[in-house]
Amino acid sequence: MTDLSGPGRLARWMFVLPAAAYLLLFFGYPLVKNVVMSFQQYTTTTFYTGAAPFVGLLNYSRILSSELFSEALAHTVLFTAASVLGQFVFGLFLALFFQRRFPLGGILRGLLLLPWLMPLVVTGTTWRRMLDPETGAVNALLRGLHLSASGVPWLTSTSHALVSVIVVSVWVGIPFNTVILHSGLQSLPGHLFEAAKLDGAGPVRSFRHVTWPLLRPVVSVVLVLDVVYTVKVLDIVLVVTGGGPADATETVATRAYELSFQQFEFGRGAVLGNVLIALSLLFALVYLRVDRLARNV
Amino acid sequence: MKRVPRRGLLSTLVGIVLLALMLFPVYWVVNASLQPNGNTLRGGWFPLRPDFSGYAVALRAQGRALLTSVIVSLGSVVLSLGLAAPAAHALARFSLPGTDLMLLGVLITKMVPGIVVANALYSAYTDLGLLNSHLGLILADSTAGTPLAIVILYSFMRTIPEEIIDAARVDGAGPLRVFRSVVLPLSVNALITAAVFTFLFAWSDFLFALTLTTTQTVQPITLGVYQYLGAHTDQWNAATATAVLASAPAALLLVVAQRHIAAGATEGAVR
Repeated sequence: MTDLSGPGRLARWMFVLPAAAYLLLFFGYPLVKNVVMSFQQYTTTTFYTGAAPFVGLLNYSRILSSELFSEALAHTVLFTAASVLGQFVFGLFLALFFQRRFPLGGILRGLLLLPWLMPLVVTGTTWRRMLDPETGAVNALLRGLHLSASGVPWLTSTSHALVSVIVVSVWVGIPFNTVILHSGLQSLPGHLFEAAKLDGAGPVRSFRHVTWPLLRPVVSVVLVLDVVYTVKVLDIVLVVTGGGPADATETVATRAYELSFQQFEFGRGAVLGNVLIALSLLFALVYLRVDRLARNV
Repeated sequence: MKRVPRRGLLSTLVGIVLLALMLFPVYWVVNASLQPNGNTLRGGWFPLRPDFSGYAVALRAQGRALLTSVIVSLGSVVLSLGLAAPAAHALARFSLPGTDLMLLGVLITKMVPGIVVANALYSAYTDLGLLNSHLGLILADSTAGTPLAIVILYSFMRTIPEEIIDAARVDGAGPLRVFRSVVLPLSVNALITAAVFTFLFAWSDFLFALTLTTTQTVQPITLGVYQYLGAHTDQWNAATATAVLASAPAALLLVVAQRHIAAGATEGAVR
């Protein structure tokens, strides 16, 4: 079957070659190019003159010593951790809820996917309008319920803006978490729950001692996918707050975008891109480790 | 037939409430898009007198952008599936050296931030003249669809029984014939799933549209939505109508291809 000689072999390679070439050009090349760029000085004129001199570690030292970088890094970690926690907890709750069989259950579960399928720009625009302190629906609701007379400055206060962005990110992530966790729950052997029930275990004990341990492999996969995805999110922040007010929601990703595409300092933007990759790689290593542990259990 | 127990109906009620809470922003943006202009800032909670002028403005201003999005998204589907289907078949069947490496590579692409790709592509596209072109966006947008399509198709094609393939081989079919006349027809469902997600990913793309276009010539709808944020704050019905139009494919595919979306989602690879 695996005749790896002669013309048949070449034909086989032709199946995989175009995809491999594409992945190398559109992932491999950017990865390498970003490392190279991070040692070069780009300015607004670089793309006309072609001059991007190598400057050693200058970009790195300037970025790493800037106060904005440590702020952006802190925001990124906070944003990612809080988003993932929120998405996961709500997702798990909904997954457990939809495990019951009831009329319309399937349709409701299907409709739940809508927030996830909408373009993030649309989601961001919608929430930005809803959270508008003066005219948004959220404050109107709070006022109507007499929960807050003056309204909450969701987007205009430096202490609230990051919370607002996290809320949006949680909302976007809930459907994905629900779907994966739900399918994980569905694949668990049902007779174990019956047995736990017969032994007199209530829903809480049954969850703690039966569901959760069995679901662990799925949970670790979901969490790592969440983290890897959330750490690099750009659209939501850019649309909801644009990094403001007063840099209160600047993340590593938004800074990378601004440096490269607004200030045309591609070298320094590349440094931040590499920081993002380093963060992702860190989680990738955790992922592989968790995955191996889960498989060995 | 068994009567629906009361607890079941209670669950349905709770489910509807939960979903209403979750989908409130969706309702809200649709409602806002139907408010008459000027009224939108403090518009009502219900579109009692629906006004479609926002949509008229949006279609006039963004019709071209919608067309661009359709072209780019369909192009990305064709390119991604064209690359992914043969590759997935080869990875599932040929036991070529480097198969594991390629699969690992596909997984690693998920960790590459879009901004890193955009950073490098901007300078490459400047040299190649691909800025502000449909092809440039199709190529860039397929970075989301191609790895995903490979994963979805690979995990399906692996399950095709070897005997079916061997039978075709015995009948004298070469590798290309086996792929075209046996594997592809059997994989229709997986192909549709991959196509749906590839389309939605390309349609939703914002980052590449923002960074790899510098003029208005080739501008997808996501950019149209974004540009309302800065300028036209007095036209909130048009802005929200544009947002609704930009989410139409998502809603449509959710209705038409829900089975495929659920299947793709549980693959776990789509994030």
